[in-house]
Amino acid sequence: MSEPALTAQLADAITRAHHDEWARVVASLAKRFGDLDIAEDAAAEAFATAVERWPADGIPPNPGGWLTTTATRKAIDRIRREKKRDDKYREALLVVDDEPLEPLGAIDDERLRLLFTCCHPALAMEARLGLTLRMVGGLTVAEIARAFLVQETAMARRITRAKDKIREARIPFRMPSAADLPARVDGVLTVLFLVFNEGYLATGPGTDPVRAELTAEAIRLTRLIRSLMPADAASSGEVAGMLALMLLTEARRAARVSSGGELVTLDEQDRGAWDAALVREGHELVRARVASGEAPGRYQLLAAINAVHTSARDIRDTDWSQIVALYDQLVRIDPSPVVALNRAIAVAELDGPDVALASIDRLDEALAGYHAYHAARADLLRRLGRSADARAAYNRAIELAGNTAEAAYLSRRRDQLS
Amino acid sequence: MQYLLSVYGPAELTELGSYPDKETMQKAMADTDAFNKTLQANGQWVYANGLASATSATVVDGQVSPPVVTDGPYLESKEYLGGFWIIEATDLDQALALAAEGSKACQGKVEVRPFQSYEPQG
Repeated sequence: MSEPALTAQLADAITRAHHDEWARVVASLAKRFGDLDIAEDAAAEAFATAVERWPADGIPPNPGGWLTTTATRKAIDRIRREKKRDDKYREALLVVDDEPLEPLGAIDDERLRLLFTCCHPALAMEARLGLTLRMVGGLTVAEIARAFLVQETAMARRITRAKDKIREARIPFRMPSAADLPARVDGVLTVLFLVFNEGYLATGPGTDPVRAELTAEAIRLTRLIRSLMPADAASSGEVAGMLALMLLTEARRAARVSSGGELVTLDEQDRGAWDAALVREGHELVRARVASGEAPGRYQLLAAINAVHTSARDIRDTDWSQIVALYDQLVRIDPSPVVALNRAIAVAELDGPDVALASIDRLDEALAGYHAYHAARADLLRRLGRSADARAAYNRAIELAGNTAEAAYLSRRRDQLS
Repeated sequence: MQYLLSVYGPAELTELGSYPDKETMQKAMADTDAFNKTLQANGQWVYANGLASATSATVVDGQVSPPVVTDGPYLESKEYLGGFWIIEATDLDQALALAAEGSKACQGKVEVRPFQSYEPQG
């Protein structure tokens, strides 16, 4: 084998091991040593050692086992060093519960415990995002800081504070009780959805409009939690719904931004550019949820709405009455103004822009600071021929839009007004 | 592991404490009493009590001689510590569950804060 091929093969093996094994190594060390900080540092050291040693020693037959063993040794070294300095290190231990939880059956993966700990409701949302991407996702602090447009030192501080709180307040490293599980799974899904959305429609003007690394990471972690949750656990339907929603959204990514860096709305997208495999997988998940006969939660309904959109070969084939019916169901679960706004946008296709505008105008107080509200109003006003009002609404939407591709799209639409 | 559960209220208390009417106060006191008994029965009780109004507080600085004594609470605030529990719980999840029960009983928000030192038992 030639030298460069070997290097590429090695680099690939290390990247793959990092993707596949990082969360497992951190979780297994967190369980064994009861401390996230020790687990994180030891895992990082083990991967650094792999980068040093694998080129000379070759890729071990079981990279995951090699990494866990190496990380465990590093952790023991650190604990011995610290034990000499401070014999009370045991105070810092996480609560590790080894009692199997009966209602969940046999499935209790350490990575799942890790995810629940990182997304604990006693942590601030931004801390949950940072911790989850670091501990479960394996992203570096620098990568996470870049993703959320904060200084690396600020992100490092945020993650350190979260680890301190987990230790000091004794946030346990274990599966939630069966009674708490739906709420806790929902909390994890909220974190993963925020990661996905930040990737799909980046909020800052200083980044790419679509951040594929974040959408991919969110999908990977959602697949992980889905593979780890027993299929009959309460709220596993919502996990499937979330995965379907992400897949059906991700499928449209390539068609969503033009070569000129402008957002392309659903009605103008080249549907041939959608990822057919992702659409197919998303549709299968949605069909399985519908077939289950269980009442759908909000992510399942959002996935179903996206399934209807992605079933239409042409925007004109869209089954709008089905979409409005799904939104009606969603409004009953989640009567928030944002859901009402999206429902009204679908109503415009079914009953006309004047009917939709009447319902949207009622949301003014709640959504006056939300760019999508003004963008939707602008579009309806444009279709009703009210150019001056449309122009004012576009201006407000552009002012509020953080995403560069969206601002470019809105500006073009405004400049096309008669 | 011990946690401090604190309840906050206004600086000045009426004869109804911080409650709007007599029925509400009586219900809150009865519910809190029942919650305290459960804590005691489950071995989770360390101590609990309500405080007199914050306006009755005095701050002392004994780092100087003679000590400086000042009328009023240490921090100027709209709301003051009105009462607290010290509980024994295995972890934060259990402490939060107990705090939710206590909050419902006394009809106020409860702050959960761990104590710093923890000596493993046994």
